[in-house]
Amino acid sequence: MNAALIPTVEVSEDFRTRAHQALGDAQLRNNFRNAMDSLMSKRAASFSDAHEREHLRALGNAVRARALSKLPDLLEQLEANLTRNGVTVHWAETVEEANAIVLSIIRRREATQVIKGKSMVSEEMEMNHVLAAQGIECLESDMGEFIVQLDHEKPSHIIMPAIHKNASQVASLFHEKLGVEYTKDVDQLIQIGRRVLREKFFEADIGVSGVNFAVAETGTLLLVENEGNGRMSTTVPPVHIAVTGIEKVVENLRDVVPLLSLLTRSALGQPITTYVNMISGPRKADELDGPEEVHLVLLDNGRSQAFADSELRQTLNCIRCGACMNHCPVYTRIGGHTYGEVYPGPIGKIITPHMVGLAKVPDHPSASSLCGACGEVCPVKIPIPALLRRLREENVKAPDSPHPVMRGQGSKYSRQERFIWNAWAKLHSSPTLYRLFTFAATRLRALVPNNVGPWTQNHSAPKPAARSLHDLAREHLAKQGAR
Amino acid sequence: MSELFYNAVPNATRVAPPLAEPREYPHEKPQKVYLFGTCVVDLFYPEAGMDAIHLLEREGICVDYPQGQSCCGQPAYTSGYTDQARQVARAQLALFAGDYPVVVPSGSCAGMLREHYADLFKDEPDTLKQVQALAARTYELAEFLLFVCKVQLNDSGAPVKVALHTSCSARREMNTHLHGRELLAQLRNVERVDHSHESECCGFGGTFSVRMPDISGAMVADKTRALQDSGAHQVLSADCGCLMNINGALEKQQAALRGQHLASFLWQRTGGER
Repeated sequence: MNAALIPTVEVSEDFRTRAHQALGDAQLRNNFRNAMDSLMSKRAASFSDAHEREHLRALGNAVRARALSKLPDLLEQLEANLTRNGVTVHWAETVEEANAIVLSIIRRREATQVIKGKSMVSEEMEMNHVLAAQGIECLESDMGEFIVQLDHEKPSHIIMPAIHKNASQVASLFHEKLGVEYTKDVDQLIQIGRRVLREKFFEADIGVSGVNFAVAETGTLLLVENEGNGRMSTTVPPVHIAVTGIEKVVENLRDVVPLLSLLTRSALGQPITTYVNMISGPRKADELDGPEEVHLVLLDNGRSQAFADSELRQTLNCIRCGACMNHCPVYTRIGGHTYGEVYPGPIGKIITPHMVGLAKVPDHPSASSLCGACGEVCPVKIPIPALLRRLREENVKAPDSPHPVMRGQGSKYSRQERFIWNAWAKLHSSPTLYRLFTFAATRLRALVPNNVGPWTQNHSAPKPAARSLHDLAREHLAKQGAR
Repeated sequence: MSELFYNAVPNATRVAPPLAEPREYPHEKPQKVYLFGTCVVDLFYPEAGMDAIHLLEREGICVDYPQGQSCCGQPAYTSGYTDQARQVARAQLALFAGDYPVVVPSGSCAGMLREHYADLFKDEPDTLKQVQALAARTYELAEFLLFVCKVQLNDSGAPVKVALHTSCSARREMNTHLHGRELLAQLRNVERVDHSHESECCGFGGTFSVRMPDISGAMVADKTRALQDSGAHQVLSADCGCLMNINGALEKQQAALRGQHLASFLWQRTGGER
């Protein structure tokens, strides 16, 4: 393994083109459908008591809302307590700043090898790519992340990065890239991966991880995982750098209890993860192991933009369980890569615009039937459909509207479309015009063309009835009245 | 700490509304109701609207159908054209001002009235009061028949297998997704069969179906396959948006199966004449 192990190439085509391609890939569709079906049943089984589930979700929502309501204070408290515990806290407004912080630690330590536990914030930073460009090897130690890194891809799911691949695809990849004998046996494949990684944990100069919950009151970084790679990455190398978003802070350890339960049950249907790491600082003088230095990089990257609006702020409730994507009929069909950004699925559609600007992801808010499945399962009750609708509204505003709430707003503004909706509104708010319209539509029904744009791609042409309900009801109710 | 995060305006943080209590229904049938027909029923499924009127009249209820009504405003609202949606919603408000129930033969449009009008008029305190009163007396048709009319249906049809597709709004907004089942269970010769991924969206989503025809098409293709595999002779739904999507796709595929509005099915099975 070497520095050439740079993650994926940028995909150039637009969202619709990628979606079209993904929908035509039967293998991919099948992999996602099977995986998401299994995740949905696991979650359902782990929340067998609907009453308990709803109370827990309400509690989770209240805990997150309370934390966000005092976010600046909690961050300050977190920094003070972490510092007291011997952790160095760094603040980064942009991913560039965050990468510069990580690089400066690497340079000071003269490090050449980095091992990384799973972290979506490091994906936001494109840390592997940035470090590789500086000649520093940054190896993923989470099995799913290891697989996608080996195949020069990005994660397709925030919890299960390689969920788009089935066992035989992983078998071929390992055979080709690691030179091992071809096997489709999942246990053997995992053992192969573990052997490669085992060496690396001891060679690495620096371990990088994410954070699930940063506890302000005690200055504790909480990290959940199932493979043990998180514990290895954060304890074996002499330096541990944790990277996380500013919204991950919670007030105290008691708040973690409901959130942890919601997280593991919503994500994989687990009562608890195999490992729950609580990191409170570097190795003390009388301790045998643990890192010499611990750093926390707190990244904004557009989060404060969402924070500034009371409705959009709810986006930051997210605890990254992935349940919204598991239950999303769109995600299930197009897969994570189609979104073209770090966070796919419903949560990706509402958080990405704050990170990269709406103009870079103009189709994301529209790629939803607003079926509500995501909002129904969200453990912290983010009203995802309502936020998607809100983003649509921001997206069609005139770009020069006063009081802009987000970067890239108005990216779908079209005078023509606005004109059409104005006409539509006029038609449907004037009984006279509406009556004329239905009169014409019903009388001229034979004239509906067989091809009416995108609708007839999937449907026969819609044919208005011979008489409208207005007509039929008026006639019927007149008769009733005469009786 | 850096000043960075103080730059954001710290305003009140929203907390999710409290857990919904089951809806309370009036003990007595009203003498009169409004029917909000919806724009899709008006133009494409008028017989469903008429059968809803017949069903209500058979329960001894006088139906008022305001002729000025058009659309609930949902297409513009979900497309992000909030002002336009408000304009259309305001026109409907004046037409349904009497203090008696508004019955809607669609979970989706009923959901718009009950759940989203308050958002549209949140900055107009007087209108908001009116809207909240309207929301409180808005019912989806199956819900109204079952819990307000306490309807007793007497099946007079031949044995038949049906699949019931429930709209996402009925399921997740109105919480009326089990009411259709209860009504069908009263019909002794009707067997309701399940279909695969029953709770999944049919792919309609209003303008979504024309903005993202590839994705929407994949969803409706899966839905129609599941419905055909269920062995049902007929598809039923209480939402004409879904029906337009499902029927249009079945017709394009030249399949024999078709969907019908629940109101029409109930009316026909119980000896109703057209």
